[in-house]
Amino acid sequence: MAAPSPARPGARDLAWAGDKLAQGVIFLGGISGILLVIGIFVFVSREGLGFVSNGLDLREFLTSPAWRPTSNHPTFGALALMAGTASVTGLAMLVSVPLSLGAAIFIGEFAKGRTRELLKVLIEMLAAIPSVVWGFIGLTMMNELIIDVFNVPVGLNVLNAGIILGLMAAPIMTTIAEDALKAVPDGYRQAAEAMGATRWQVIWRVVIPAAKNGLVAAVLLGVGRGFGETMAVLMASGHSINIPTSPFDSVRALTATIAAELGETAVGSEHYQALFFLGIFLFVVTFAINLTADLVVRGIKNG
Amino acid sequence: MVKLSVRDLRITYGEGPSEKVALSGVNLDIHEHEIFGIIGPANSGKTSFLRAINRMDEFTLGMDVRGSVKLDGTEVRDWANVYALRRRIGVVFPLPVGLPMSVYDNVALSPRLRGVRKRSVLDEKVEQCLTRAALWDEVKDRLGTLGSLLSGGQQQRLTIARALSQEPDLLLLDEFSIAVDPVTTMRIEDVLVDLKQDMTIVLVTNLVQQARRLADRTAFFLMGECVEIAETEELFTGEVKDPRTRDYVDGRFG
Ligand SMILES: Nc1ncnc2c1ncn2[C@@H]1O[C@H](COP(=O)(O)OP(=O)(O)OP(=O)(O)O)[C@@H](O)[C@H]1O
Ligand SMILES: [Mg+2]
Repeated sequence: MAAPSPARPGARDLAWAGDKLAQGVIFLGGISGILLVIGIFVFVSREGLGFVSNGLDLREFLTSPAWRPTSNHPTFGALALMAGTASVTGLAMLVSVPLSLGAAIFIGEFAKGRTRELLKVLIEMLAAIPSVVWGFIGLTMMNELIIDVFNVPVGLNVLNAGIILGLMAAPIMTTIAEDALKAVPDGYRQAAEAMGATRWQVIWRVVIPAAKNGLVAAVLLGVGRGFGETMAVLMASGHSINIPTSPFDSVRALTATIAAELGETAVGSEHYQALFFLGIFLFVVTFAINLTADLVVRGIKNG
Repeated sequence: MVKLSVRDLRITYGEGPSEKVALSGVNLDIHEHEIFGIIGPANSGKTSFLRAINRMDEFTLGMDVRGSVKLDGTEVRDWANVYALRRRIGVVFPLPVGLPMSVYDNVALSPRLRGVRKRSVLDEKVEQCLTRAALWDEVKDRLGTLGSLLSGGQQQRLTIARALSQEPDLLLLDEFSIAVDPVTTMRIEDVLVDLKQDMTIVLVTNLVQQARRLADRTAFFLMGECVEIAETEELFTGEVKDPRTRDYVDGRFG
């Protein structure tokens, strides 16, 4: 029996142990992430759902613009807050989508070598600007600019917050969109170019359709960012409860309301619970956006 | 009639000390309605030769083309509109490239690039090209599926259909059968023989027997040099000028 015996099938060696260990660590990381999310959701729900059991008027919440949590007869209509968030986010998308897709196409398809690297660094730097700084820019520079250019009394409004939010979301959207364009195999470009497609035709008819999923993801990330952003909106929007009829109206966002009021409410009070309910509402809407995005992306994949 | 006339062609990649000569001193004429085969081992410059014909060097990093390439008597480099030049030349790459759009859109792309919008015209074109590429029967019920989801052999025929939709008068094929099964290869070979009536075909192949089956004349490229050009039968059975040609076609090489 001099010949070495063949390894037992399924023998547990060092590589096996290492693999198991890595699996374990990753599993723990993943599971704790999930538990944390569930925990937060449970906590927020518990606080917010008290509002429901204490006689929430869902109809008032959804259809009344009157958010008067501290009056003698408090009303909790969130319509104006929703309109505030929606108008600011909508305008922000009008700013950031063309800006970021344009920048991504330029960087990914046209810029070369040094210019390209420089632009990418610049974008990363823009993405690193904290939102309070953006809010500050809105409060000062943009405010004055809007007053001067449009000759209006106040410059803290939908226009201001929308532009600020759009500029703020654009860098990260650019980065993601550029990644999506970069992931398109060069073979596609060459095949199209060999057919006699111009640069623009290649981009428009081949590269963008191929990168569709990533581009949709970039835009939806921007929408999510707009929905969830608090500080900059709080500072630039004027923070007054209003259903806007023009870009020059001041508005107040859902997030900003929570941030501004939560510190001043008694824990467990009706107002406190109403703010948590706003949180749940935000969560549900964001979830719905992500879900839609997911379905859209899947739809595209299946042709 | 000479379709393509090449003189003193020299192709290099890179500059200065890292310059690499991929092809040099190539002189040949390709006639109208012939299948012109190019055989030769890896790195002999076959693909580079094709790239020079429709000016793909313009989007290939570091590639430099010297000498003369004339299509129908006109220097390709003198075409003011390179897109118009490329639209006349169909190209099939070694690995099938089903573009990430539906089968229909793959074939309709070229007509659309030329501005054709009418659905009935496009429908007819798509059916015609897919039929000629021997793919219609397999995909006619699923023209809406993504081109990139077809099998490798189907994608290669889709690529050919797409090239045909350009209505080319010159078709360049670069080792089209590298990712295709033998049965499909045979079907495509039959298609090529038919296509000869309508266009001139340059067939780069790593299978010497494929050149023997299809090509009217064949050139043997070796390490950047065009060693021999002859009637295909001559090359395989008759006298050859260079013993290296004999060695290669007989499979005694390297
Ligand atoms: N894009 C490129 N950049 C730099 N060098 C290249 C490039 N393409 C080809 N070459 C070089 O040029 C030479 C000829 O290559 P080419 O692709 O024309 O050969 P080929 O005959 O088509 O080979 P194969 O049969 O492997 O496809 C090779 O030495 C190769 O390394
Ligand atoms: Mg090659």
